[in-house]
Amino acid sequence: MSRKEITILEDLLSSNKKIAQDIRLYLKAKNIFSINLMSSPGSGKTSLIEKLIEELFPKHPIAVIEGDIETDLDAARIKAKGVPAWSITTGGACHLEARMIAQVLKEISEPTEFLFIENVGNLVCPASYDLGENLRFVLLSIPEGEDKPLKYPKAFLTAHCLVITKIDLIGLLSFDLEKVKEEARKINPHLAIFATSARTGQGVKELATYLLYQRKQWLETNA
Amino acid sequence: MHELSLIASLFEILETQKEKEGFKKIIAVQLRCGLLSGVVPECLQTAFEIYKKDTLASEARLILEVVPVKFKCRFCGQIETAQDFPLICSQCQRSEVEILEGTELTLISLEVEG
Repeated sequence: MSRKEITILEDLLSSNKKIAQDIRLYLKAKNIFSINLMSSPGSGKTSLIEKLIEELFPKHPIAVIEGDIETDLDAARIKAKGVPAWSITTGGACHLEARMIAQVLKEISEPTEFLFIENVGNLVCPASYDLGENLRFVLLSIPEGEDKPLKYPKAFLTAHCLVITKIDLIGLLSFDLEKVKEEARKINPHLAIFATSARTGQGVKELATYLLYQRKQWLETNA
Repeated sequence: MHELSLIASLFEILETQKEKEGFKKIIAVQLRCGLLSGVVPECLQTAFEIYKKDTLASEARLILEVVPVKFKCRFCGQIETAQDFPLICSQCQRSEVEILEGTELTLISLEVEG
């Protein structure tokens, strides 16, 4: 038996990256701006999407993909707002992958301006998978504490925007907002940072304005 | 814990290589794993051991080369390596850095037989 060595040099995520790039081109052709939301379980991803829907919809058509390990409860919450939603139950997998998004993409009708993709609640694995999104949000809720940026650097490093949620609880818990902003910017100096509350509506309008601006900029570029 | 899913991708590449190169079995698989790739090397090793049973790599060893994070300061151009976050330039104390290495998860080479 002959033995030999074969040089390969292939990225293990290359097939995911390729599908993600196809998704990006497909959505660009349809002027659909997509946002991938990542956070720990219970940070308020679905509630934030609900509030953004209230702010933007129906003037700006929205579609939502909900990633969950089990159940389609989140998708039902979105549908209750009159917005089309698709549920991807990963059956145990801790993150969404581009091929899962590609499967539901064709069902999204035009015109849609924003596609929100709610990732599985997890701050580790989703950070490694490009879903073809234009913007990546990382959410951090006040009860989770201040140390998340340093504990989960990759999620903060790859995000464009940090949304601090449940800001209405800040007076009840010892949470140093300025320290978190400073630490998050040490990991990623380019992070846009918003503080929101789905309960009081604080900061939601500003975040919606940011999204409209980002989409406008994106429409003007050919990339 | 997405290491099993990454190992599944690895085996897709191995199958493609088998058809292309026509070997019978794999003796060793060499992977380069950046400290910022988001995987735990031990979990990757475990996932490989589970996945390889009854495959063309059932007797293969997984050789993991763990590489540190290498970054360049956007202000002064200093290049340095880091084991941990945050990535701050030791010269000018700024965190505006460009990551050069350490995010990769790459199949480098295979040792095959037959």
